[in-house]
Amino acid sequence: MQIFTGIPAGKGIAIGAGLIHRPTVMVPVERRIENIEQELTILHEGIEKADQELSGIYQAAIKSAGKESAEIFQAHRMMLQDPDLQVQIEQKITTEHMNAEAAFYQAAESYAVMLETLEDEYLSARSADVRDVAARMLRILRNDVTPTTKLTKPVIIIAEDLTPSDTIQFNRDHTLGFFTAGGSTTSHTAILSRSLGVPAVVGAGKIPEGELQDVVVILDGDAGKLILSPDELTLQEYTIRRDTLHKEARKERTAALKPAITLDGKRIEVAANIGNLADAQNAIQNGAEGVGLFRTEFSYIEKDKIPTEEDLLQVYQGIFQTFGEFPVLVRTLDIGGDKEMPHLNLPQEGNPFLGCRGIRLCLNRPDLFKPQLRAILRAGFHANLRIMFPMVATIGEVRQAKQILKDCMAELDFENTPYNRSPQVGIMIEVPAAALCADQLAREVDFFSIGTNDLTQYTLAADRTSPNLLYLVSALQPSVLRLIQRVIECGHKAGIWVGMCGEMAGDLNAIPILLGMGLDEFSMNAPVIPQAKIIIRQWNREKAKLLSEKALLCETPEQVEELVKNWKINL
Amino acid sequence: MKCIETTIKHEIGLHARPATLFVQTVQKYNSKVTVGFKGKSANGRSLLGVLSLGVGKDAKISITAEGDDEEDVLDSLKNLVDSNFGE
Repeated sequence: MQIFTGIPAGKGIAIGAGLIHRPTVMVPVERRIENIEQELTILHEGIEKADQELSGIYQAAIKSAGKESAEIFQAHRMMLQDPDLQVQIEQKITTEHMNAEAAFYQAAESYAVMLETLEDEYLSARSADVRDVAARMLRILRNDVTPTTKLTKPVIIIAEDLTPSDTIQFNRDHTLGFFTAGGSTTSHTAILSRSLGVPAVVGAGKIPEGELQDVVVILDGDAGKLILSPDELTLQEYTIRRDTLHKEARKERTAALKPAITLDGKRIEVAANIGNLADAQNAIQNGAEGVGLFRTEFSYIEKDKIPTEEDLLQVYQGIFQTFGEFPVLVRTLDIGGDKEMPHLNLPQEGNPFLGCRGIRLCLNRPDLFKPQLRAILRAGFHANLRIMFPMVATIGEVRQAKQILKDCMAELDFENTPYNRSPQVGIMIEVPAAALCADQLAREVDFFSIGTNDLTQYTLAADRTSPNLLYLVSALQPSVLRLIQRVIECGHKAGIWVGMCGEMAGDLNAIPILLGMGLDEFSMNAPVIPQAKIIIRQWNREKAKLLSEKALLCETPEQVEELVKNWKINL
Repeated sequence: MKCIETTIKHEIGLHARPATLFVQTVQKYNSKVTVGFKGKSANGRSLLGVLSLGVGKDAKISITAEGDDEEDVLDSLKNLVDSNFGE
């Protein structure tokens, strides 16, 4: 039995086969070149290619490893295009007549060394990223094929070091954990292992030699150990520990599948925001009790023709089938002139965000609206169907939309086509005008769903995508909290339910406040659902009501956050 | 030419993500931007340069801008830092 020790970087236990990853290290060859122009072209074309590669990897990584891990590839792209680095490389090529690969490598290496010397552990770990970018460039300049280590069975991956480019190759479902000689708790390996939920040990100093054929390997991410060929007793102990951990994790996931009931016995509906079938399946796994927002835009964006009723019917049927008896809330087309959709022939507008979009567009374009409504009604024949109109600002718009829906139903009756005759019909509250007139609007619909993302930006008159305005655009602003309160109150007075599909519904700090205000349904991105349910189960509504009343007295979002934090401690 | 001083409040200082946001913001403007820290200075458009400064939490940095939109870029950057990079 051999034991290697290192720094724990990812919790948990893994037992299985080990794979030692030894990438071929390419060493750049330095040559003197005469044709400077040509060498510069080679350099720039190489950078272009590397950038495209990294862009593709970033997109794929978001799906396989999550946004946090994937971000590093964006940083790689910036390093690749770094102006100071460029200057140094070009200087080597033009004044020293150096070939592109050596020039890039040397310039990148000098930065890597500079980063390594920094005291800050996080920053010095980034030297590995610079070297990763240099290795990629080297491979591209040599026209080498990208290495792919396809894992054929579940393994614990062992290596001297693992760069983001190394780890992205390993298929997620066969990755049991990581063990590296180098690295620190701020290495990409550590970040990735947390995203994947697998154990990791780094900074071990050395790794096993040779190959690990038929060797049982134990990776202890809690104590920071790698054990090869464990004896009977050790293997038994670890197996029990690992199974216990897995059982606990399963319990957590099962808890997520149960309904969220407050301490005082009220069941709160927790649903998912989805955009496509993959989201739908993910939602079910995470304990969603339905869909609080089905975004229907993807059938229209990035396509070169308008989808037909039949096209939409197929898509919607798939989604409804996935949810069975659970309610599915479909938001009708919510697009405007800001997106590239030449096939839709939308008029040019000076300010598309305040322009003809959402329900306004649909009321103007029955050629788009009616086929969608028909497809929703038809596909929802056996479903627990809810239909919602976005961007409503006036009562006239709601009445018009409802009439068009009625017309579609009459047409389907005439054609003898089966469809869902009693969907719930509601509106999204995201325009301040609608929030202010919620008392009147509540009488026209079966429900409200509050879209806090846009409600916040319209209320504060601030662009939520602007990095300068992040401090303004918070749903915890007193102005927004007051509007939300009003909407819920008006809805309940008229006897309708009020839900929320904006980001705020999944904000763990905001949930207690919303609970206290009486929100009936919370819809969020699937991964947050288990946590949201845990929070809801911790509160009783009386206490939550007191909290929300205090929250409404706060003057800033920061005060609200402090308030919730302090209350949580006293729970 | 204009210069401001500001303090980085973020837990890990000016690490990869905030530094990336910082550099992306600078790139939206025309002015030349220089970041100064402990006697060293870096080109605000260079991610590697900014990272190399080794700016940690509670570090005071100076940002100098020179150009036709120097006021705007400094405002943007100050807001970005003060809002803790949106985290």
